[in-house]
Amino acid sequence: MRSLTLLTNILKAAAMVVLVVAVAACARNGAGGTGVGNLGPGGGAPGSQQEFLVSVGDRVFFETDSSNLTPTAQATLDKQAAWLSKYSSYRIMIEGHADERGTREYNIALGARRASVVVNYLVSKGVQSGRISSKSFGKERPVAICNDISCWSQNRRAVTVVQ
Amino acid sequence: MTLITRRNALKLGVAGGALALTTHASQALVEIVVTGGNFVPLPIAIPDFASSDAAFGAEIAEIVRANLRRSGLFSPIDPASLPSRVGDVENEPDFAAWRGASVDALVMGSVERGGQVSSQVRVWDTQAAAQVVGKSYQTDPDNYRRIAHIVSDAIYASLSGGTGYFDTRIVFVSESGPKANRVKRLAIMDADGFNQQFLSSGKALTLGPKIGPNGSSLAFTSYEDGNPQVYVSGLGGQAKKLINNAPMSFAPQFSPDGGTVVFSVSNGGATNIYAAGAGGGAPVQLTSGSAIDTSPCFSPDGSRICFESDRGGSPQIYIMSAGGGGAQRISFGEGTYSTPVWAPTGDFIAYTRQSGGQFHIGIMKPDGSGERILSSSNQVQEGPTWAPNGRVIMFSRDPGGDAGPGLWTVDIWGRNEQSINAQGYASDPSWSPLRS
Repeated sequence: MRSLTLLTNILKAAAMVVLVVAVAACARNGAGGTGVGNLGPGGGAPGSQQEFLVSVGDRVFFETDSSNLTPTAQATLDKQAAWLSKYSSYRIMIEGHADERGTREYNIALGARRASVVVNYLVSKGVQSGRISSKSFGKERPVAICNDISCWSQNRRAVTVVQ
Repeated sequence: MTLITRRNALKLGVAGGALALTTHASQALVEIVVTGGNFVPLPIAIPDFASSDAAFGAEIAEIVRANLRRSGLFSPIDPASLPSRVGDVENEPDFAAWRGASVDALVMGSVERGGQVSSQVRVWDTQAAAQVVGKSYQTDPDNYRRIAHIVSDAIYASLSGGTGYFDTRIVFVSESGPKANRVKRLAIMDADGFNQQFLSSGKALTLGPKIGPNGSSLAFTSYEDGNPQVYVSGLGGQAKKLINNAPMSFAPQFSPDGGTVVFSVSNGGATNIYAAGAGGGAPVQLTSGSAIDTSPCFSPDGSRICFESDRGGSPQIYIMSAGGGGAQRISFGEGTYSTPVWAPTGDFIAYTRQSGGQFHIGIMKPDGSGERILSSSNQVQEGPTWAPNGRVIMFSRDPGGDAGPGLWTVDIWGRNEQSINAQGYASDPSWSPLRS
């Protein structure tokens, strides 16, 4: 029964995340800096991928055509680094993304640059570089689908995928 | 001579930009006005092609009419209004009758299909009572539309002073499915949107295909390995990764002789340009530094490379020698400049420009002068590719949201913007040379 309860909790947490994604995509609230995750304590078992997603926050956002880390992004990455130091068996993949308001090839390079900035920051905060790999999706994999800045700001992101 | 004057008019249009062309009925001479933009396409009469299969003859003639109409340089006359509804390649036309119907340019054709599709075509100048061109062609019956494209190229070349571009193909990215997880696979079609075939399965994201100068090789970017990497292949069949050990490689483009591929490598946040043999071999690094250098392309003589770089703070177009080093910036307008592509004729570089919240497709001379914006939109439009005659550009435009991109053409005078009827969503077009 214990394990069943745990599974139920995980599913609940996952459902919450899905809900947040849906709300973020629909609300078009220009959420610069926040987004999926950052729900505060209570989501997922300690050390689980769900906890990372829900309680730590798996992504940071960028300004237009920028790869600089905002203070909000740095705060999120600080939490990521602390969590990753605590649970050191995980490997992580940093996925860099761009919004659609640029050309395809430049955006692949921009996504690579954003991923690289996140990798370097996490390493500077003590995460072993051997645990981290990175890739760029350019503008090919948006999460928010609409035709204005509320979506573009959510798509300019780097996502830390815990593996 | 009417015809010579008319040819010169079109040639002048190529060199001089905006022009208008009007015919005076009294003297039937062509007057050239090199001001304003109200160019009048040349009326041309194309009766159905004579054939033992009349429907086939009508279909071929209609493909020819559609090609010439799409070029923007010709205005095919309604065949129902012509003195003769079916072509005759055996006899000289009744010039007086055609002149009486206000027809200056007349195409008489025939077509038959057996083991091969064969066509004869004569282009007549009714005012001069002279034949401009008379030729016969054959092609494979499996793709009978080609005979119409070949004939169209002959008509275009005989009357416009430039080579044609109808017997060509487009390689592109065919897109389907929801925006957030869209399938992007390679496809090829004739330049008029017919005969579309897929070249990759769509399991992995595939982007930015470029067709080689022989028309039968491809370079493209695929996520098959997880990260984007450059692959080379034929038109279908097994693809080979161009280089190993690069974290990410993308944005390939062939050299004019097809022997070399230039591309970008991203490593540690920097993106630089490399060259490698199309058949493999050690890559050579052509740019260095922490900037993003991408979208490389060769000049048609192979001596220089144009590319996009944000080394000066924002994406702009630069030119360097094919061996690298000493890059000179050529774009200085407001906003950013991306995806440069050198015209096969050498006289222009086409690009994507972003300024004022809009996306523009434009051209400039290789020294950066003579900038001309051909198409502007609030929607994302990008990735120009040149028709082999250097007069027409194709690009993609995406309305955004959950919709997807389509392909468009515009001529180098900024006229005659037209949508190309690809099946489904389409992006990243690459225009082949004339087929052999």
